[in-house]
Amino acid sequence: MKTRVAIIGAGISGASIARVLSKYENLEVHLIEKAPDVGWGVSKANTALIHGGYDDDPEKYPMRAKLCIRGNRLWHQWVKELQIPHVWNGALIVATKEEDFDELEKLLERGHKNGVPEMRIIDRDELFHLEPGLTREAIGALWVPIVGQIGPIPAVIALVENAVANGVKTHLETEVRGIKVENGEVRGVETNNGFIEADIVINAAGLYADEVARMAGIDYFEIHPRKGEYYLFDDDVPGPGRVLFPTPTPISKGIVVTTEISGHLMIGPNAQDLPPEEKDNLATTEEGLREVWEGAKKLWPNLPPKSRVIRTFAGLRPEPTGGDFIIKAEEEVWGFINVAGIRSPGLTSAPAIAYEVAEIIQRDLGINLVEKEKWNPYRKEITHFFMLPPEKANELIKKNPAYGKIVCRCNHVSEGDILEAIERMKFIGVKTPSVDSVKFRTKSTTGTCQGSFCRPKIVQLLAKEYGVEPWEVTLKGKGSEIGIGDVKALLRGEEA
Amino acid sequence: MEPMPQISMLSYDVVVIGGGPAGMAAAVKAKELGLNVLLLDENDYLGGILPQCIHPGFGLHYFKEELTGPEFASRLAKRLVELGVEYRTAARVLEIKNYSDLEKVVIFTSPAGVYQVWTKAIIYAAGARERHAFEIGIVGDRVAGIYTAGEAQTLMDIYGILPGKEVVIVGSGDVGLIMARRFALEGAKVKAVIELMPYPGGLARNVMILRDFNIPLYLSHKVVEVRGRGRVQRVKVVRVDENLNETGEEFWIEADTLVISAGLIPSVKKLKKIGVEIDPATGGPVVNDRLETSVPGIFVAGNSLLINDLVDYVAEQGELAAESAKEFIEKGGIESRKWVKVRKGQNVRLIAPHYLSGDRDVYLYLRVARPMENVELRIPEIGKKLRLPVVKPAEMIRLKLRAEEIQKASEKLTVEVVRA
Ligand SMILES: Cc1cc2nc3c(=O)[nH]c(=O)nc-3n(C[C@H](O)[C@H](O)[C@H](O)COP(=O)(O)OP(=O)(O)OC[C@H]3O[C@@H](n4cnc5c(N)ncnc54)[C@H](O)[C@@H]3O)c2cc1C
Ligand SMILES: Cc1cc2nc3c(=O)[nH]c(=O)nc-3n(C[C@H](O)[C@H](O)[C@H](O)COP(=O)(O)OP(=O)(O)OC[C@H]3O[C@@H](n4cnc5c(N)ncnc54)[C@H](O)[C@@H]3O)c2cc1C
Repeated sequence: MKTRVAIIGAGISGASIARVLSKYENLEVHLIEKAPDVGWGVSKANTALIHGGYDDDPEKYPMRAKLCIRGNRLWHQWVKELQIPHVWNGALIVATKEEDFDELEKLLERGHKNGVPEMRIIDRDELFHLEPGLTREAIGALWVPIVGQIGPIPAVIALVENAVANGVKTHLETEVRGIKVENGEVRGVETNNGFIEADIVINAAGLYADEVARMAGIDYFEIHPRKGEYYLFDDDVPGPGRVLFPTPTPISKGIVVTTEISGHLMIGPNAQDLPPEEKDNLATTEEGLREVWEGAKKLWPNLPPKSRVIRTFAGLRPEPTGGDFIIKAEEEVWGFINVAGIRSPGLTSAPAIAYEVAEIIQRDLGINLVEKEKWNPYRKEITHFFMLPPEKANELIKKNPAYGKIVCRCNHVSEGDILEAIERMKFIGVKTPSVDSVKFRTKSTTGTCQGSFCRPKIVQLLAKEYGVEPWEVTLKGKGSEIGIGDVKALLRGEEA
Repeated sequence: MEPMPQISMLSYDVVVIGGGPAGMAAAVKAKELGLNVLLLDENDYLGGILPQCIHPGFGLHYFKEELTGPEFASRLAKRLVELGVEYRTAARVLEIKNYSDLEKVVIFTSPAGVYQVWTKAIIYAAGARERHAFEIGIVGDRVAGIYTAGEAQTLMDIYGILPGKEVVIVGSGDVGLIMARRFALEGAKVKAVIELMPYPGGLARNVMILRDFNIPLYLSHKVVEVRGRGRVQRVKVVRVDENLNETGEEFWIEADTLVISAGLIPSVKKLKKIGVEIDPATGGPVVNDRLETSVPGIFVAGNSLLINDLVDYVAEQGELAAESAKEFIEKGGIESRKWVKVRKGQNVRLIAPHYLSGDRDVYLYLRVARPMENVELRIPEIGKKLRLPVVKPAEMIRLKLRAEEIQKASEKLTVEVVRA
């Protein structure tokens, strides 16, 4: 009989684990997520960097130090296998004072310890040759070429699609509310959609990993949210070619200035600690954004006027007691594996975390994992009209005219792209139609106009493909419906 | 010139980009003048934003009667069809290339394929886009229930969806006020219209809506924050001082819907890419009195030129652009012995066209920076004076200058609005 594995949480951690575990013949893998779609937790709003692995102190944070650089190396391979949007543009940690070089030397040394290749300190001339837009106060930098950026939600989506293609079962809008433990062994998870039997339960619940652990009687750690806010600018605002960090202080890694993978200048995040009960407080604040602006200006003085901002957003880092990732099989409850406290650099580390979990299953739970004869490592990205050369676009349009029709005018997303996205949503089990699900797969609504032209059209397409009324289509899951009924609903005295 | 394999090629005298009132009027005129014209619009229907403007108030000048938006659009569309103007809907222009004065390429995509169109002249009439919540600095939760006015209007009057029932409107311009009425007419409660400036931003006839429907207007206030789970639950409003800085005075309004009507911005990114000079005041291109941009043979009309309040002027600009395209094609360029530069004087916030030849009569379109009563509009260089009882930023001033008047100026003329 197969060993049944329940993974709680379809963020970058859970999705990576699902993909890696889908390789094995003798596992039956269930991926359980309370949100309507995958990747909507911590993995949704972050800096999206594949870090270099130089700044986690191996003495203090051994897991982070080990898994970050490994994750970086694995991502170089995974982005190709899974066609995840990415760029390997390297990072500069910029010095503006002589003392900063001491700190950079420390990072360099730590990087060497952690096995980071190709790092070096560069002088002012080379620095300005690379980034002429930097503050004139810059005097040198640490250059880390292996740093890159990926689309974090597209990455989660790609991983889950690949996992599902390899036999993983998803359970979306399924919230784990209890964990059944008998005789010191896990038996399964209780959810709003019934009981799911499992021999192994993997807790990859992000901000809520402490609550899930407590359901299994494990309470030695707590997770508190630390908010980070961002500005995103229009795509014609000039940004740097590389990821720019200030020299870190003991308190913070500092505000990053970068051009994200879609070509928008992005600045952030700050760091603000919130009480544990505010795990859903994703509101941006005037103070936080002011801090981001001031911080970014120190590195990149030519910030455009505020009217060129196209979006602001916030994310919450799941900060664990102790500060290091908690990745282990818990001895008191056989079969319960924590993947908790996955704060930064969790996105980077995710592939390495997944292999670590496979290792734990073999080593600590003594389950011999048998590789499938046929396992498909590949996954194709959906069509993006804006990436097609005209002759390719034409071929596609001849086969399916929907590809010739532009829905999102800012980013040139076609109706064909959107219909493909909806098919992919259904493939991984998305039940509630949401504009955000389409947005993260196609980039529609993320341009200059932020969806004011195309959102109504996307709503129509979702309503049709899901067979619901257009006002029942949501922005981001139940409770965020686009409308309250048809236009006469209130006058008739009915409303949805 | 790079050849593009396997892409269907078309060839026209003039391509009109955008099928709103500006583009339709331009295409009709171009056809009447005997030009071989192609009109392209990305939507499934012609009319631009007019089909969603179901209220009356359109066409008093152009058709000499009061029409609704859809009526105005269908009249123009009828003329277009009668004349046999070639047009394509669901056709989005992706790129414009300017090889030489009379050789330009427009690349568009449509359900029939990607096309490259060779053309001598281009009339750019792509309209405007709306400022959204992020651009005006609203912070808080990113939830459902926040719409631009145009999006709310599209949902209601193109797709028949009611966005919400308790509404706060940001901006007391025409669009905001019209949307306030639109929601009220469908039984929603419009809890407030919030206006940053110390005076309302709309035409007087639209400000009346507030009284008719008993809607509170907060002048010198702004919405700064939205909170809610899933959907908007409340919005935070603060009072601003004379310098528009936030005072400490603030309050919350419970609402499930926030409609942003904070102004329009000409959609000119595609023009910027090919080096067309933009006027930061209008947000549209710098043009001469033929509505020609800094790239010869590319003309602009309607809300892409500058934000208009009246569709009649939009159509008038479209016609002028078509006449100019004809002149451009026939003469191989728009020439003038001299160009008189139009300068903004006191209390003039924006003005177009920017350069006048003196070879023809022109309409100047301008807006003031501040409302004033009992003023004189003056152009000292040519001794022109015009008495106006009131001027408001909300109401565009259209001023006719005769060729002889313009000829009196040497290099520049300054338009100012001063106390009489
Ligand atoms: C501001 C910020 C910046 C960052 N920058 C970077 C960076 O540049 N590089 C980097 O490497 N890392 C970065 N990180 C860290 C990185 O984003 C996280 O480490 C990573 O996304 C965590 O992924 P996860 O899968 O563990 O958690 P999540 O993505 O939160 O996934 C957990 C999932 O579990 C679900 N869940 C929770 N409870 C339950 C339940 N009871 N039942 C069912 N499902 C449940 C949630 O809905 C969620 O989808 C940043 C983080 C933040 C906040
Ligand atoms: C709510 C509201 C109320 C109004 N009320 C009144 C009123 O009462 N009276 C009045 O006179 N005026 C009113 N107006 C103003 C009037 O409607 C506008 O001034 C006028 O429609 C602008 O016309 P246009 O042709 O410049 O642009 P639009 O009508 O915006 O048309 C531009 C067209 O170009 C298309 N397009 C853009 N880019 C491309 C591309 N790359 N490829 C293909 N197609 C493209 C767009 O999709 C659009 O269809 C109102 C406007 C609004 C928003």
